[in-house]
Amino acid sequence: YNDIELNCKKNCDGKNIGTYSTASLLALSIIDLCETFYCHLGVNVPDHAMTFRSLCNLLQDSVTPFVVSVHAKECADPVLVINLTLVCQATLTIRIIGLLQKCTQVFPQRTESLTNSDLPQSLPVVVIFKDFEAFNSQVLQDFILICSRYTQELPFIFIFGIATSPSAIQHRLPHSVSSLLCIEVFHSLSRTQHLASVFDKLILNSQFPFKLSSRVIQVLVGIFLYHDFSVQNFVKGLQFSMLEHFKSQPLSMLCCQKQEALLSAKTLSKKNVERIRHLPSFMRYVETQEPQEQVQLLTNDEHVKVTLLFHNKLHVSCIEKNLWETEEYDSALQLLRILAKDELVAALRKCAEILKSTKILQNVLQQLEDFIGRLEALEEDSSGNGIISGKMEYQRTDLFQLQKTLLEKESRRTKRMNPYEVLRSQVIEFIDSLVREYLTPAELQPLNEVCYYSSSGVLRQRLNVTPRTSIQAALSHPFYYLQNESLKTDAGTISSAAPDLCIVYKLHLECGRLINLYDWLEAFLTVMSAAEDQDTNSEECGKYDSLKHARFIQAVSEMEFLGFIKSTKQKTDHVARLTWGGC
Amino acid sequence: MSHQKSFQYADLLSVLERVVDIMSAPDQYSYPSVFIYGHRATGKSHVVLSIMKDLELPHASVDCVECVSSGLLFHQVLSAFFGPDAAALLPRCPSLSDFVRLYKQMSSNSPATQTRYIILDRAERMRDMDFSLLPALLRLQELVNDNVTVILLSEIVWEKFRPNTGCFEPLLFHFPDYSKGKSLVQILSWDHHPSYTPELYASYINILLGVFFSVCRDLRELRHLAVLNFSKFCEPLEKGEAKESDIHKLWKNIEPHLQRAMQTVYLREVSSVQWEQQQMDEKEATTLRVLSAHAHIELPYYSKFLLIAAYLASFNPARTDRRFFLKSHGKIRKTNFLKKHEKTSNHLLGPKPFPLDRLMAIFYSVVDSRVAPTASVFSQISSLVTLQLLSQVGHDDQLDSPKYKCSVSLDFILAISRCVCVCVRLLDLLALSLVIQSQVVRQERSLFTAVSNLHLL
Repeated sequence: YNDIELNCKKNCDGKNIGTYSTASLLALSIIDLCETFYCHLGVNVPDHAMTFRSLCNLLQDSVTPFVVSVHAKECADPVLVINLTLVCQATLTIRIIGLLQKCTQVFPQRTESLTNSDLPQSLPVVVIFKDFEAFNSQVLQDFILICSRYTQELPFIFIFGIATSPSAIQHRLPHSVSSLLCIEVFHSLSRTQHLASVFDKLILNSQFPFKLSSRVIQVLVGIFLYHDFSVQNFVKGLQFSMLEHFKSQPLSMLCCQKQEALLSAKTLSKKNVERIRHLPSFMRYVETQEPQEQVQLLTNDEHVKVTLLFHNKLHVSCIEKNLWETEEYDSALQLLRILAKDELVAALRKCAEILKSTKILQNVLQQLEDFIGRLEALEEDSSGNGIISGKMEYQRTDLFQLQKTLLEKESRRTKRMNPYEVLRSQVIEFIDSLVREYLTPAELQPLNEVCYYSSSGVLRQRLNVTPRTSIQAALSHPFYYLQNESLKTDAGTISSAAPDLCIVYKLHLECGRLINLYDWLEAFLTVMSAAEDQDTNSEECGKYDSLKHARFIQAVSEMEFLGFIKSTKQKTDHVARLTWGGC
Repeated sequence: MSHQKSFQYADLLSVLERVVDIMSAPDQYSYPSVFIYGHRATGKSHVVLSIMKDLELPHASVDCVECVSSGLLFHQVLSAFFGPDAAALLPRCPSLSDFVRLYKQMSSNSPATQTRYIILDRAERMRDMDFSLLPALLRLQELVNDNVTVILLSEIVWEKFRPNTGCFEPLLFHFPDYSKGKSLVQILSWDHHPSYTPELYASYINILLGVFFSVCRDLRELRHLAVLNFSKFCEPLEKGEAKESDIHKLWKNIEPHLQRAMQTVYLREVSSVQWEQQQMDEKEATTLRVLSAHAHIELPYYSKFLLIAAYLASFNPARTDRRFFLKSHGKIRKTNFLKKHEKTSNHLLGPKPFPLDRLMAIFYSVVDSRVAPTASVFSQISSLVTLQLLSQVGHDDQLDSPKYKCSVSLDFILAISRCVCVCVRLLDLLALSLVIQSQVVRQERSLFTAVSNLHLL
């Protein structure tokens, strides 16, 4: 079941990328000049591989079979680029006139196999440069110069993946080279827009019963905005949280399509029913019920199952509404308060349409339609009213923008209340009550644990790792990872039972930028001998020393391997610290 | 065709006469090597190749860009003169002596009835190849004992070629630049539109050159621009708003378009097709969109701060860090605050390398919230390096304490800090460090304007 859903999500994401690379394809058919040239824009790197793969496939399917994509790491000099281009085409056996001349040296045996093929000449060769910025500009210049000599026989199309800005072309290529090109710029969707579309398709979709709690979404979006701008990583995070949910929560077996959920609810084992009783949300629910009911709920398994079925239905209906609306409810309400009339009507219409599709809230629908009617009636006689105009772009994703425009609007707002405003406030009150009634936060719903994944801490720990912190934790508190009772120490003391590396690490924290190795060794020996002071014999002392010496040297070299110290030539018998003091 | 050719060459007659002079007696031994230089698009290759074609002389034309190894050059020359079979006899990594031996062997089988020419285009690339190659080619005639002449075509002067061990001096020819008044107008008006008079086209060319001549003298580029903008120029004529004699009116009409074309088409920001579409739309908005597009780079939130921190680390002396980034930094005496060698503006000296630790320390003090030192923060640094916004100093394999430089401009940083400037403190910081630097060098006007911009914010 997990796999199916994973696939589903992957498909969804693939579709997104597919749609936005078709935009660049459209223009391809229009221009077929000597040398066409593409920029594909958008920062950050991990997504690009996927985009280019789908673009590559798309081009291969619909335009020309001769598509090569090259990566900066593989192309240290122009011969390599040409070779890569050739290798791809050699498998396709296309006749290449010009390029072969140069490459006979490198591929003498290939020339014969390539020359006798009667494919049409007009098909262009597409070369995709995945990471334009990373290419050596000399290599690029040479490659373009060479290709420009052969455009008569073989049309070339270059696609440059540029992450920063189109002016990068001018920075990397001199005018003599860039004037050989006919450049066309394509912008990919901005990253945030792309994320929003993924959001719409995956998270705000009632099709998938699996949901994320608001905290988890915050973590994921935070990683996206603050760290990498990578939609792919976002989807991976989503997949990870799903796996984690199904693994850690045994009741997640109920998190599936309605039919299946009902089925599996009927066959719940005794143990699982017990688990349900222990869910905090279920306990809250029980407390609100009648005492009689409470007893029944706590004792009778069958009864629990019945209520479960009932709640499952209720729950699904609650999810239908926007999750985000609960989070941004306040700002949305403020926005509604100042909306112009026609926009309000349109919004209400939309609501009505949504409600029509569900069967539960029929009476609400009635009221809404009533409001719309009254609003429209009002419109006829108060067309001259000073309606607060302004085109509000209702962007849910851009909260900051929203608030800014809100503030502006608020200040401009006129004080007098016209009939429209009176009616509007009525409408808003109505909607407010409606939302308060039906859209309670998901956390308060009984049995939310089944569908909502909420352990944001685990997610943050897994996805946004801090390698340095964990190394430091391991070294200063070995108990944390080793779970050995004897390693438990008070803060500030150094136990001799700890691994050598930990002792050495703790000692080095007390030193300055340069560490005297001999002093360090002395301190190490002191710590080591502290525990065994009582039972050391004087004759064994020398033997132990060489052993301890060896252990010390090994620990120090491990420290060097971990990157805490390095050898220095500034002072003899000293090593330099690479970390800040006291961190 | 021949008419056009003679017309184009008119300017170069004196040079041409001498070139043709050399080639006029094909059955006699010619001068061993000829060096032809002149700016781009002055017709060097075109002249030489058309002479070759018209006089049907045996020649091998090689572009040195393609010759990543000298073996490729030998291969192309041999296969042009003696067929691909001869070229196949070359060993796997042929040396110069292999080439000479094979050439001798082949030419003894089929001795030259007329002078053979080897034309090496973009000859400046030869300097990067084997150092003995150029001197040897210059006296190839002697070496192979055959009637062969090497013609080198280049954009730079012969003095830059001469090896320090000395070599055979080739015959030098200079192709002069086209002058604005005569030849460019003449050449460009050659491809006039059939439905308009040549006089009109010539006046159009005059207007075009008035705008573009100051930035571009490349004939190819100018021709491209002329063809691109001519339809716009003719628009009033088509509509019947002006006559062909109304030069002033036509000029008024086309001038702003040419200015705009200089900003976009010349820089190759838009293709010619897009440009034509924009001309159709006639909307300012589309142009503005294209122009504004390249000022903006989308970066993750922390990357922006990392870049700002890198900039501060690169342009401020490390000693001043305490003063700028610590809240209680104690008093520093004004007089001796900066040492003498620090009194030149850092913006004139360029970015300085800084260690990773310093970058992170400034980063933490610049960012408002507490940031955990996560792996993704560090990976952002390396992705900034791949985007060439930062550059790593020293070797890539230096793992402990790597050093970086910030390679973006002040304007870029100001734009970025404006994006993230929820915190005014950051701007203050930038301003402060700039003020101190600009106090030092009063002449640096740009900094002053930058600082005053900051205060306006």
